[in-house]
Amino acid sequence: MENIVIIGNGIAGISAARHIRKLSDKRIIVVSAETDYFFSRTALMYVYMGHMKFEHIQPYENWFWEKNRIELVRGYVTQVDTGTKQLQIDGSRAIQYDKLIIATGSKPNKFGWPGQDLHGVQGLYSKQDLDLLEVNAPNKEVCKRAVIVGGGLIGIELAEMLRSRDIPVTFLVREESFWNGVLPNGESAMINEHILEHHIDLRLGTNLKEIVADENGRVKSIIITETGEELPCDVVGLTAGVSPNVDFLKDSGIELGRGVKVNKFLETNVKDVYAIGDCAEQHEAIGNRRPIEAVWYTGRMMGETVAQTICGNRIEYKPGHWFNSAKFLDIEYQTYGWVFSEKIRKEHEAHFHWRHADEKICITAAFHKDTNQFLGMNTFGIRMRHEVFDRWLTEERDMDYVMEHLSDANFDPEFFKKYEAEIVSKYNSDQGKSIKSKKKSFKRIFQTA
Amino acid sequence: MSTYDKSMALTGQPPKILSRNQKMATLLGMFGLAIVLLAAFNVSFPNKGLWLTISLLSITMGTIWFSWDAYSQKLPGIKNDGVWFKSISSKGFWAWIAGIALTGFYIILYFYPEYLGLVKGGENKGVIALFDPLSKALSGNPASQWFVYGTLYTVAIFAFGIKFMWKYRHNRYERLRTMSVMFFQTAFAFIIPELMARLNGDKILNGGSLPYYDLKNVWPLNYYNFEGYRIKAFLSSGDIGFALLIFGILSVFVITPILTYKYGKRWYCSWVCGCGGLAETAGDSFRQLSDKTVKAWNVERWVVHSVVVFVTLMTTAVIYSYLGTDTSKYWLTKSSFLIGVAVLLTLVFAWVMIFKREQLQKDAQYGAVGYFVIIMALIGMHFFSGDGNVFLFKSETLRKSYSFLIGSIFSGVIGTGFYPIFGNRVWCRFGCPMAAIMGFQQRLFSRFRITTNGGQCISCGNCSTYCEMGIDVRAYAQKGENIVRSSCVGCGICTAVCPRGVLKLENGPLEGRIDSNQVLLGNDVDLMQLVNKK
Repeated sequence: MENIVIIGNGIAGISAARHIRKLSDKRIIVVSAETDYFFSRTALMYVYMGHMKFEHIQPYENWFWEKNRIELVRGYVTQVDTGTKQLQIDGSRAIQYDKLIIATGSKPNKFGWPGQDLHGVQGLYSKQDLDLLEVNAPNKEVCKRAVIVGGGLIGIELAEMLRSRDIPVTFLVREESFWNGVLPNGESAMINEHILEHHIDLRLGTNLKEIVADENGRVKSIIITETGEELPCDVVGLTAGVSPNVDFLKDSGIELGRGVKVNKFLETNVKDVYAIGDCAEQHEAIGNRRPIEAVWYTGRMMGETVAQTICGNRIEYKPGHWFNSAKFLDIEYQTYGWVFSEKIRKEHEAHFHWRHADEKICITAAFHKDTNQFLGMNTFGIRMRHEVFDRWLTEERDMDYVMEHLSDANFDPEFFKKYEAEIVSKYNSDQGKSIKSKKKSFKRIFQTA
Repeated sequence: MSTYDKSMALTGQPPKILSRNQKMATLLGMFGLAIVLLAAFNVSFPNKGLWLTISLLSITMGTIWFSWDAYSQKLPGIKNDGVWFKSISSKGFWAWIAGIALTGFYIILYFYPEYLGLVKGGENKGVIALFDPLSKALSGNPASQWFVYGTLYTVAIFAFGIKFMWKYRHNRYERLRTMSVMFFQTAFAFIIPELMARLNGDKILNGGSLPYYDLKNVWPLNYYNFEGYRIKAFLSSGDIGFALLIFGILSVFVITPILTYKYGKRWYCSWVCGCGGLAETAGDSFRQLSDKTVKAWNVERWVVHSVVVFVTLMTTAVIYSYLGTDTSKYWLTKSSFLIGVAVLLTLVFAWVMIFKREQLQKDAQYGAVGYFVIIMALIGMHFFSGDGNVFLFKSETLRKSYSFLIGSIFSGVIGTGFYPIFGNRVWCRFGCPMAAIMGFQQRLFSRFRITTNGGQCISCGNCSTYCEMGIDVRAYAQKGENIVRSSCVGCGICTAVCPRGVLKLENGPLEGRIDSNQVLLGNDVDLMQLVNKK
């Protein structure tokens, strides 16, 4: 029986394990240094906030693994010997593999700031980071102020977490507006406002110069590059992105770039070794995607794909239309297709933006300037239906069609206010058109006609 | 000491101390409760009407003031910060104290009403006497322990309903649903039956008197609705009495199935029902305590469906016991009734087994067959063995044990008393036969489902954690599968707490409602076909 070893029990590794089990009887071993059982990384924040206990963010009950004959090993893989097909765990124990899947995820970026390794300085990625935060910032008495460095998704989540315990937060964002490398300006501006509403001290266009230690080697304050201002604080959160967690593979002969280099089949340069999830780096980016995709959904899809390949049905990783979602404090965000920020958007990409007069609700749709083809939609505070957008993107619908049928895509709970009429009328006046919004139709949505 | 050890207690943050407003609000509410408690210890209040008003107002205003202070300063959004750090909402010390106090209250209420001051055939004393003025104002009669309970119940739904609406003020579904349960509790469960009692003896009832009837309380939740004394009362109360009896029957066989087909059982469980109303308002702080294990689900399915069988047998036996045998007197006789029951059950059973069998799991099929055989055997045995005991037991024994075990112990003492320990829907999930019957229909024949939004689920677990019915919502959502579960009461909280907009309660076409395919959008279509291959 073939022996499949998976390093990493995150969403990518566990998806691979589950699908290999569905398709085959192979022996499956999952090695993790982080936790005994799979948990939802994106939900760590809710444990600190008291919405859930750690056990709640584990999607499967503990008996699941034995029942499905997925063997779990707790330990840190220190070495991979691709010649003898052997792993060393914690420097001693050895495990043989026939096929190896590397799914070791990411680690927080540190950009060589002075003082970045002091006590009280931490990232937020792993279960250990969560435990550490509980020590560093259990309440506002121990942590009188926290400074967060890096204005991305993890940064704003960390800010929300700390605010749930009334800890004052200063949020340093390098860009002149929150996450505007990704979000178009209108949306980014709305999130700036919302961050301030939550009493977070948002400092835009601000960089960290250094972190200052007290006499015990703990963080005492930080100094801002632009102004030289010194901000006293007890915790510094480093949330300036993540990079693949692949240092342990340096001498393994497996080709590394920033991550583990893989081809379209998620195969590395070494036979029988695969890499998936955050730690995998495509030789060539797929479509508009980045070569390294550190996103929950792509981890899951790569896991599903590699399981097919390993079970004898070698297939390419061909992700469909891009989608993603996040929540900025109270504002939900979803995106379908590609909507680029002004900073990186291409010549042909035009935008239509609508924002509610009072509430924190807005959408941005991207379309081709010449053909009017619909390219993607960002939506804030309105839920949209994945299936419908996926279909529209496949069918290469134009903007007018999307606006006309926007009600079909609405996924807000029943009785919520509808904004389609307002959105379409703004579109009409922007574009000089006279489109009428159609009523929602289950026949169209579920294609039952 | 390693940092890891230190953080073993993830309860790092102590619950927030109460603000000054909240302290004063607590004081006010406690003052109101103290009046009731003092009355329980036979402190006689001079002007009962005034003191009762002061007491109920203090309790209501205290609760409302407290929640206003908790939510008014915050932006609209999910308010679950610290839920698992607070002793009351995480099975800690205060939860046990509250659980024991509530349970004690229910035991006294059901079994020792004399301690509340009930005096049969004389002037009430204690708490019940305190409520006399209100009862007399409404129905003209002195209060009973049930009137006291009903009043406090209504106050609880009202005050905590307002709290709930503030908590979810960004969510219109939750606000409307809560207004609805507040209305049905106040009007249908509390005021209308009391006013109806004023008609008793009146000539529009032909001098008869109606039984106490909460019109929204449908059999089999209202398991006693077709007992002999009530039927007599209905039939002797003129056209109105007769109309009410017809309404009682229609609500079981026509209104409930139609509404459940169109909207799922939520139209009742979380929009109308009083048990659900209390669970959703006063019990909201305990929804996260329900057990989500597969084991609990198995227990639930067997227990709740056994209650259905029990109530069906009991009601059949009771109705049978007062029917006659002479067809010339009345068309419905003992025999025709039993045949009718048998035919109805056979039709339902046959329909399920012929058309819906593939939607039932193996054990559910065995259960259905087993229970069907048992009921039919009992009816058959009786039919061919002549009179005597109805089924193997006397109908009175059946009725009494049902009313004690299910009506009192299960729905009251355990169902509500244990809110802070087992969660707020223990009764609805494990015990309510009405919920089970509607759930059966919801699972097999209803437009209602919770739609999963393609591949957007991040398996965070908020939906499962805050599901009061103990449904592991995430297990479906992360597979891209719709949630079609008989126990779902459609409270909508899973969609509210979802941080990624994955879940939506909706009434759509039956076709493709239960997606057994794991349609996880995002991957390209070829791969999805492979993954879905069985």
